[in-house]
Amino acid sequence: MINLAARDVLHGWGKFLFTGIGLGLLIGTTLTMAGVFRGMVDDGQVLIDNSGADLWVVQQGTLGPYAEPSSLRDDTWRSIAGMPGVADTGNAAYLTIQLAHAGKESRVMIVGMDADRPGRPGAPPYLIAGRPIQQHHYEAIADERAGLRVGERVKIRRHDYTVVGLTRRMVSSSGDPMIFVPLKDAQEIQFLKDNDALINERARTAANPAFNRPGVPGLLEAAQASATQARSVNAVLVRLEPGANPDSVAGEIRRWKRLTAYTKAQMEDILIAKLIATSSKQIGMFLVILAIVTAAIIAFIIYTMTMAKVREIAVLKLIGARNRTIAAMIMQQAIALGLIGFLVGRVAAGLWGPAFPKYVLLLPGDAIAGFGVVMAISGLASLFAIRAALAIDPAEAIGG
Amino acid sequence: MDKDNKPAIRLSGLKKRYGSGDAAVDALKGVDMTVWPGEVVGLIGPSGSGKSTLLKCLGAVIEPSGGHMELAGETIYDGDSDGWKIPDLRALRRDRIGFVFQAPYLIPFLDVTDNVALLPMLAGSDNAAARKRALELLTALDVQHRAGAQVSQLSGGEQQRVAIARSLANHAPIILADEPTAPLDSERALTVVRILNEMAVQYQTAIIVVTHDEKIIPTFKRIYQIRDGKTHEEAGEGREI
Repeated sequence: MINLAARDVLHGWGKFLFTGIGLGLLIGTTLTMAGVFRGMVDDGQVLIDNSGADLWVVQQGTLGPYAEPSSLRDDTWRSIAGMPGVADTGNAAYLTIQLAHAGKESRVMIVGMDADRPGRPGAPPYLIAGRPIQQHHYEAIADERAGLRVGERVKIRRHDYTVVGLTRRMVSSSGDPMIFVPLKDAQEIQFLKDNDALINERARTAANPAFNRPGVPGLLEAAQASATQARSVNAVLVRLEPGANPDSVAGEIRRWKRLTAYTKAQMEDILIAKLIATSSKQIGMFLVILAIVTAAIIAFIIYTMTMAKVREIAVLKLIGARNRTIAAMIMQQAIALGLIGFLVGRVAAGLWGPAFPKYVLLLPGDAIAGFGVVMAISGLASLFAIRAALAIDPAEAIGG
Repeated sequence: MDKDNKPAIRLSGLKKRYGSGDAAVDALKGVDMTVWPGEVVGLIGPSGSGKSTLLKCLGAVIEPSGGHMELAGETIYDGDSDGWKIPDLRALRRDRIGFVFQAPYLIPFLDVTDNVALLPMLAGSDNAAARKRALELLTALDVQHRAGAQVSQLSGGEQQRVAIARSLANHAPIILADEPTAPLDSERALTVVRILNEMAVQYQTAIIVVTHDEKIIPTFKRIYQIRDGKTHEEAGEGREI
């Protein structure tokens, strides 16, 4: 038996192909939306994985350091480092800023890290160019997506920093590239006030009788010095000894240090389930709407193509074609259209995905699921056209 | 024609009523008709006289409201008992009735051979046998040189020949031709009628030609004129083409 669907497609292949390409661009948009969501999840995942930490110790009762503000004294790590099961610790300060460089502005996350040894938790796990930070001030390691080069100087707040190394896939949970600087510099960037504010604050303190008592020398200076010191970090990152139980060590930190400690699994839950929950719902809504629009478009195209063949279908029915022959012709065309659309969409998403400002991750599993959904939508969408075709009266082929 | 054989089609008292009650319209009020194998008869009448309704009843597309209909000696409709006697009307149309329309209505996405071969394929023939039969008919109708062409590449006359070939593809004992010469000029119209006559004799098929075409009416040996839902048999001129 002749494959009527294939013959019809080949007969009008140009129209069919262009329709498939148009549909493919829509499917490509849908796949890209899924890729944006996967990219957000992956950004969160690499943030956790690349930090080199097993535990995140933060201010008590907060979801810090990524989802909520958290502030700890920068010597907190000392008491944690001595606990059983703890192999290493590292202070971390995080701050997202708008960076103006070479005439362009971009959003970056400044990460303050202990620069005394490169292997501390919080330091980038590997470099793709340059060297680790070796000085305690004004050196930086940047993620390649920040657009900086080794040796370049970049102004961050009041000071110029020399980029000494580049790293890869070190991004915030929002996908902003990270710039690593020594902890002291990050503390200054994050907590230190500008000169005008400092003068103003000193004057206020001097005007406060509680800090400027007659006969108490040194009190005012001590109070003013305290106000201008930046001694806080956002989190202490903890690497555990091999075999140590993360839940048990986290429990000990919570119990004895009056701090909150999160394990990797808990941090994943905070970053992926809580921090990007609204965004993922938003993208989920887009995906549902795009799937409905895709289904409606396939249904409309197939319906229109079928209705353009009313006379041929009437003749086929009159000369004895079975309903299933006609239904198969329509369904096969819908499936073929969906197949072309999916292939074009997958290629299009792969081509334009890297041009997106944030990471777009196209997973093979999503592509397979997307293929299944497109095929199911195509099949279901063809039912309207099949219903209409089967309702065509063979008598329409006969005049009168 | 061998009148010892059974008629290809025999109608007696065939009726068709559309609607019911006060809105009922009797399109056919008792049609009698007998057509023999190898015979081409004309069915003429003014617009609205019931020609198309009769054609649709003959083609098992609509169900008559009464009367009796035989195809090659087999009762296919009996208004006095249960109506259709054939459970699968689609198969009846496919295997035993050929259709030629006013416009050829070929399937535009199939080539000439496959347009003809489609019918045997729908009836279950394998592709090779169906295409062999198609080429045989295309040769008989002198369009074998267009066998691989697309429908859109054919002239109107060639398309109508292919449509006739399709109607013959399943060895149907009866062919219903609905205004088959309407879109053609005189010469081509007469050629189509000549072909129908030749095919009727060659394949012993009864052909009923519904027409308004004054050019071809004189060529029929027998004519059924339909007026007010009833047929009146007349002798035609049977003019040689």
